[in-house]
Amino acid sequence: MGRYVARRLLQMIPVFIGTTLIIFLMVHILPGDPIRAMWGDKAADPAQVASLRHEFGLDQPLWKQYVDYMANLFQGDFGKTFGGREVIDEMSESFPVTLRLTAVAMIIEIIVGIGLGAWAGLRAGKAADTGVLIFTLIVISIPVFVLGFLARFVLADQLGWVAPNVQDSTDYAQLFLPGFVLAMLSMAYVARLTRTTFAENLRADYMRTAMAKGLPRRRIVGVHLLRNSLIPVVTFLGTDIGGFIGGAVVTEGIFNVQGVGNLLFKALQQREGSTIVGVVTVFVLVILVINLLVDLLYAVLDPRIRYA
Amino acid sequence: MRGAKSAKWVAGAAVIALAATACGGNDKDSDSGMNSGKADPNGILTAQLGEPQNPLQPANAKESQGSRVLRTVFSGLVDYEPGTGKLEYINAESVTPNADSSVWTVKLKPGWKFHDGTTVTSKSFVDSWNWSANVKNNQTNSSWFQDIKGYDDVHPAKGKPKADKMSGLKIVDDNTFTITLTGSVSYFAYKLGYDVWAPLPESFFKDPAAAGQKPIGNGPYKFVSWDHKKLIKVRKFDGYQGPNKAKNGGIDFKNYTTADAAYSDLRSNNLDWIEQIPTTSLTSYKQDLGDRAIDAEYSAVQSIVPAFYTDQFKDIDPKVVQGLSMAIDRDTITKTVLHGTRTPADSYVARGVIGYKPGALGDIVKYDPAKAKKLIQEGGGVPGNKISIQFNADQSHKPWVDAVCNSIRKATGVECTGDSKPDFQADLNARDNKQVKSMYRGGWVLDYPVNSNFMRDLYGTTAAGNTSGYSNKEFDELAAKADKAKTLDETVKMYQEAEQLLKNDMPAIPLWFYKNNSGQSTNVFGKIVYGQDGDPIFTDVQVKAKK
Repeated sequence: MGRYVARRLLQMIPVFIGTTLIIFLMVHILPGDPIRAMWGDKAADPAQVASLRHEFGLDQPLWKQYVDYMANLFQGDFGKTFGGREVIDEMSESFPVTLRLTAVAMIIEIIVGIGLGAWAGLRAGKAADTGVLIFTLIVISIPVFVLGFLARFVLADQLGWVAPNVQDSTDYAQLFLPGFVLAMLSMAYVARLTRTTFAENLRADYMRTAMAKGLPRRRIVGVHLLRNSLIPVVTFLGTDIGGFIGGAVVTEGIFNVQGVGNLLFKALQQREGSTIVGVVTVFVLVILVINLLVDLLYAVLDPRIRYA
Repeated sequence: MRGAKSAKWVAGAAVIALAATACGGNDKDSDSGMNSGKADPNGILTAQLGEPQNPLQPANAKESQGSRVLRTVFSGLVDYEPGTGKLEYINAESVTPNADSSVWTVKLKPGWKFHDGTTVTSKSFVDSWNWSANVKNNQTNSSWFQDIKGYDDVHPAKGKPKADKMSGLKIVDDNTFTITLTGSVSYFAYKLGYDVWAPLPESFFKDPAAAGQKPIGNGPYKFVSWDHKKLIKVRKFDGYQGPNKAKNGGIDFKNYTTADAAYSDLRSNNLDWIEQIPTTSLTSYKQDLGDRAIDAEYSAVQSIVPAFYTDQFKDIDPKVVQGLSMAIDRDTITKTVLHGTRTPADSYVARGVIGYKPGALGDIVKYDPAKAKKLIQEGGGVPGNKISIQFNADQSHKPWVDAVCNSIRKATGVECTGDSKPDFQADLNARDNKQVKSMYRGGWVLDYPVNSNFMRDLYGTTAAGNTSGYSNKEFDELAAKADKAKTLDETVKMYQEAEQLLKNDMPAIPLWFYKNNSGQSTNVFGKIVYGQDGDPIFTDVQVKAKK
């Protein structure tokens, strides 16, 4: 187990260097000079542009910029924005917000998704199953953007039940609506996945054995069936966290959540290389770690799986 | 594929939403009376604001967001009267030129204090300007000081500064100082209304970076806090002595991710003022908001500019450009495609600016397909019989560019296409490197309300804003003469002559003047008044007392 974890951690290094390099190159390949753009329609002052470019190291050859960036990164320095703020400060303000939003979405997804899936799976082929099937199909076919827009329009603008925007990103109650919208799509997938594995596993040998032993139904379903059916669902949930953080760009925009999606969007607009590379670097790290955790969770759920 | 699909969905949803609001609008709030109730002098106003790009240092706010806050925290020597554009003294008691307008004497109103209690003196201004002009302090607006003698020493075109003081600035006593310019500029006092000329307190120079996060000014509001990307708070400064005292208790500037989000908050009264009505709601906002809808012109102009360095426009007969101008149906386009958010331009100079002359361009900006065709023929036709208009696709320029092209094509048979660049940076890149293929979209918001700003700074051969390669000796000479004129009136008149010269030469085709399409919440008492730069005059906004 220890060796497996160590090997996985070592694998992260080339992945990490590769992704940051690609993002770094992509940002720099885009046409246009972000420093020049600070002057907009008006003509820029060449002496000041040169001075600013020098300050941000943009007058260096690209390879040197990357090496410098990585060297600083390993010292925990993510660089500065053009506005002179530390990128790490910007990220430490926005990441917790997105994590909170992701947590809300995750909880909704797990409770509603697995619940709905289990309910349908235990009644496979009956009306309830068909109902869930139709419901999930509808949800899957509507883009998050439309769902968010409609939810805000109906619940806030027309009915006035909730405030249209998140006023305070630390308030979980206000994050419920955007969290719900964010969770919707994946929730449908989780429900479908759970429903199928439930229906399948109901006919498995160990289920028959458990029933033959005369175990109470609650224990059969709650422990034997649920635990075994959760393996594919957990994989999906794990990879989904990364998806949530990415998908938050849209949801955060609609509901005015000042999270990392918003940070990334604004940074892209202003061509702020250090922020873009910094945020994506953290994304990569988060996704790598989550994947590792998911793999390790298999062993917990299914003792037959053992890592050497 | 997915992107295209969701865009369609959004458009669909927007249409549904628009239809629904159009029916549901006008039922409440709109007629409730903005002037009923009482104003609360200590009420707090909430206003929309994007995150300022740069630290809040007066010479570092190139974009409107940062300068919106700076203007509440700092007061300059002068300001402009809304509507007329006339000079109004704020921190200055007088600003007077010598005989040829090359040396200016500034007298301050004594006894003004910064928010930290220190006194505003001549030194506060001189030190501030010297610091801001210095190239090593990286202030994006430092070129504003280039009229002052000795600017080249602190801000050389290349290399390190030779001095840290401009020789043109002399302190006479605590409340008097003189400014010596490199030449004559009759309207120099008008330039002093811009943010960059603000005074700075002693404490600023000890740690400029920290001061940029928590500015200490001499303005009507004192800065309280900056919660990055969320909220900036300023509160009324009780010791303020200027004429523009705050009529409210302070402002909370709130950050929004999208215009739609801000508009939603405005309609539910969680926000008192927004910057701009989102495009999706432009057709319905007046119904939604009633009296609270804001629709006001400000001093900015949009034009299309031929790139005179291209083979196509190098030796063009101005008649061809005049013809193209007459082929554009400005009235219809501003009404339909732009939903009335612009008004057709009739001059190079925007309305509200001193020296603006209604109808200065005469028929050249009137739609007349027959005459347009004739002029183009007389001028020898458009080389290649095809033009393109470069614009940036990250803002909503495409609809009007298409409409303008359509109009030109229909009226004259000249082929016209939009040349889209992915974003503003790429658009600017092509302009700076002289890679524009045919024409490009140009825009200009006033810096100071004198007509010279819309001409010399754009069409002078060496002007900073001249990116089209236009050059006319006669115009340059006239502009130089106008700048040296004894009085502002003479200067303005000479620039009006220069405008007629431009009319014959057509360095650009003016399209329309900008308007503010915005709104206010039911918490605001009375209607919000705007300045010429397109921003509200925040000190005058009154907040309703809670019942």
